[in-house]
Amino acid sequence: MIWIDTIVQGVLLGGLYALFAAGLSLVFGIMRLVNLAHGDLIVMGAYLILVVVSVLGLNPFVAALVAAPVMFSIGWVLQKAVLNRTLGDDILPPLLVTFGLSVVIQNSLLEGFSADSQRISMGPLETASVAVGPVTMGLLPLLTFGSAIAVIVGLNQIFYRTAIGRAFRATSDDPVTASLMGIRPDRVFATAMGLALVVATIAALYLGTRSNFDPYVGPARLIYAFEAVIIGGLGSLWGTLAGGIIIGVAQTVGAAINPEWQILAGHVAFLIVLLVRPRGLFPRAVD
Amino acid sequence: MTLLETHGLTAHYGDFQALFGVDIRLDTGETVAIIGANGAGKTTLMRSITGVLRGAADQIRHKGTAIGHLMPDTIMKRGIVMVPEGRKLFPSLTVEENLLIGGQHKGGRDLGDRIDSFLSRFTGAPDPVALAAGHDGTGIWTLDTVYDLFPILKERRHNPGTALSGGQQQMVAIGRALMSNPAVLLCDEISLGLAPVVIRDIYAALPKIKAGGTSVIVVEQDIGQALKVADRVYCMMEGRVTLEGRPDAISRDDIHAAYFGAPA
Repeated sequence: MIWIDTIVQGVLLGGLYALFAAGLSLVFGIMRLVNLAHGDLIVMGAYLILVVVSVLGLNPFVAALVAAPVMFSIGWVLQKAVLNRTLGDDILPPLLVTFGLSVVIQNSLLEGFSADSQRISMGPLETASVAVGPVTMGLLPLLTFGSAIAVIVGLNQIFYRTAIGRAFRATSDDPVTASLMGIRPDRVFATAMGLALVVATIAALYLGTRSNFDPYVGPARLIYAFEAVIIGGLGSLWGTLAGGIIIGVAQTVGAAINPEWQILAGHVAFLIVLLVRPRGLFPRAVD
Repeated sequence: MTLLETHGLTAHYGDFQALFGVDIRLDTGETVAIIGANGAGKTTLMRSITGVLRGAADQIRHKGTAIGHLMPDTIMKRGIVMVPEGRKLFPSLTVEENLLIGGQHKGGRDLGDRIDSFLSRFTGAPDPVALAAGHDGTGIWTLDTVYDLFPILKERRHNPGTALSGGQQQMVAIGRALMSNPAVLLCDEISLGLAPVVIRDIYAALPKIKAGGTSVIVVEQDIGQALKVADRVYCMMEGRVTLEGRPDAISRDDIHAAYFGAPA
């Protein structure tokens, strides 16, 4: 019975990793941009929610709703003003620029909020749980997992059911021909980055309520996100969820065997998948 | 009335000059054919007109407005739309989505354009809304009328665009361009790599396209086909126009000389 519990907790943890990774996957899928600052942008989102909660005294969920449009705007301007200039045949410039951005964000947060660890309080929700048969599930992890599913369903709806989704896919296929159809690829990319930061805000809500955070936790979260994206297959959102779950389960199972093995087990699972399926579990057909 | 004209148009790829002072003209309601061998500069001319290659503003004029410096999306919103060489369908989109995306950004009224229009007052950049004015993207072409023109596309509408035969893909590419109800349609090598019977079917759509109020420039290597459909023909060689005239007024020898640079 304890094994079932361990695996369920791992799946729920996978939801959190999938949320970290969904924005990364979205941006990579549309513009082949590997955003090394994604983890730091999530941390920035967590600080933004924290500020809204403390200044306006709002519930964290409402605060995230306030933060989301701000994060969208930051993403839009960042892409339009900075990152669009780095895109091209060479993959090195976006890596260098987002790496630099990561350092800038970390130091700005350090300057603004100090190195003290912070936490967004959810009140009684933090410890609430539901029992399903032999397994007890925390309400917050369940909400996290549900949010991950909702985010992925929502992004898929946007991709395959809306005009902007068509523009995303067309621009991803061929920006020059897309511009002949009246599309401005730079604006489409900016909108995609804005959307990725809205997803990052949702990830930030759960990052900030489920554990302590400080200005430096971004890169560690980014590693899990990368592993989830790569296990799932680059650019596939459902694959990203599967990748998150695999890492989550590996970590909880590893921790159940020996608490020291938690982090290691996640990385080992990633390496095994990479050995067996180098292109991930659900690679896109044309890449 | 002159709808579109180039005047002393030059174009470069890095240090390589591809066009040397090209003058062409398209009148309202006309079909103009541009013929020439590989490397004559036909596709470069199309890329210049549509803004993929940008140069001096007044080398290209549309209804008297200089447009040579504009971005491809602004030129498209003025109603100048291209069917690109090689069809260039979007592989991630179905046939129907490929058609829809052609009509989705016409007329220059989207939010991004309005913001850029506002900013242009301060930056001096071209104002996309003002530049797209005069073409609202309305007309006879909708998803239904495109399906009437090419019925096979309706049957295949949920297939990925790239899963179709070459001729059907060409129909999607033409339908995609028509969805914006263009004032000028530029067709770049639409018969390339297709069987003669398929080419005939595709050219059969041309009278209906013209009846919808669209003026057409076709770029062709197939001289016979070009002479059959065009009101006027330009022949290009090595980045220059070497011959211009009505199909019935120019002889085979004229064309041979203009096309190959040597008399027959």
